[in-house]
Amino acid sequence: MEKGILAKKIGMTRVFDAEGRVIPVTVLEAGPCYVVAKKTPEKDGYKAIQVGFKHARKNSFNKPLSGHFTKAGVAPLKFVRELRISDLDNYQVGQEIKADIFKAGEYVDVTGISKGKGFAGSIKRHGQSRGPMTHGSRYQRGPGSLGSIDPARVFKGQTLPGRMGGEKVTAQKLKVVKVDAGKNLLLIRGAVPGPRNSLLIVKNSVKAI
Amino acid sequence: MDLIKHVEKEHLKEQIPVFSPGDTVRIHFKVIEGNRERTQVFEGVIIKRKGFGLSESFTVRRVSYGVGVERTFPLHSPKIEKIEVMRRGRVRRAKLYYLRELRGKAARIKEIKR
Repeated sequence: MEKGILAKKIGMTRVFDAEGRVIPVTVLEAGPCYVVAKKTPEKDGYKAIQVGFKHARKNSFNKPLSGHFTKAGVAPLKFVRELRISDLDNYQVGQEIKADIFKAGEYVDVTGISKGKGFAGSIKRHGQSRGPMTHGSRYQRGPGSLGSIDPARVFKGQTLPGRMGGEKVTAQKLKVVKVDAGKNLLLIRGAVPGPRNSLLIVKNSVKAI
Repeated sequence: MDLIKHVEKEHLKEQIPVFSPGDTVRIHFKVIEGNRERTQVFEGVIIKRKGFGLSESFTVRRVSYGVGVERTFPLHSPKIEKIEVMRRGRVRRAKLYYLRELRGKAARIKEIKR
């Protein structure tokens, strides 16, 4: 990964492009983030920067954590995440990262926690199809056969109802439509995972051309 | 919500004539044919207006050679050059879907007299 930033999902709207076509966009408030610490191969065995986002009250942190922020010379931050950056020399502890690291036209991957769907059946959860509603079918939304009776057990990975959503999801190769450096806004084409106001990680796309 | 309004602000049109369902309008719409651009006029009755902010849209219905044609335009689309309100109609619904079932004389809408 070359670059990344933490962001908050604001919501969706639409904008018009130069030809007057409608583009659906998600508005993200990306940054300002601050580099809180660096993880080096010599000391930690891997390369990463620890990035914080959203200032919070000092009283909501215990002494070890506030000390960690004081050491970096930044005000206490609510969300702290590690980003595996390949080139650590571009980042210094205490440095500010803003939305303008991305340019319009670039492709990004957006990671977030998807919306929780609760206990969902196998039609919604695994995309199975339903049985006939009429003609005495008596089998509408069930999970179907669980396999042969010979092994006398159900194999692992059998698609059954269960908890759906609320897991880490990455939407890959989304286009950046616009960057507003003044307000730290990123406009991303299409939808991104998670509900509004949730924390997202925006990285340059692994599939970028 | 404020940040969304901030994003929409630069695309919003400032001057939009007042019109509502039942009105007869002429929409001057830019059409790109190959690399040539020309303006097409679509005249008809507004049968609905929906949405708000930048996403607001309206649908215009006209009967052309006996065939009903409906076109939906985004209200703030830069392709719309001009909206001319020809006639204001008196209707008692916000969505005039009932016009689809009516033909000829029955599909007329009374004009609001000033």
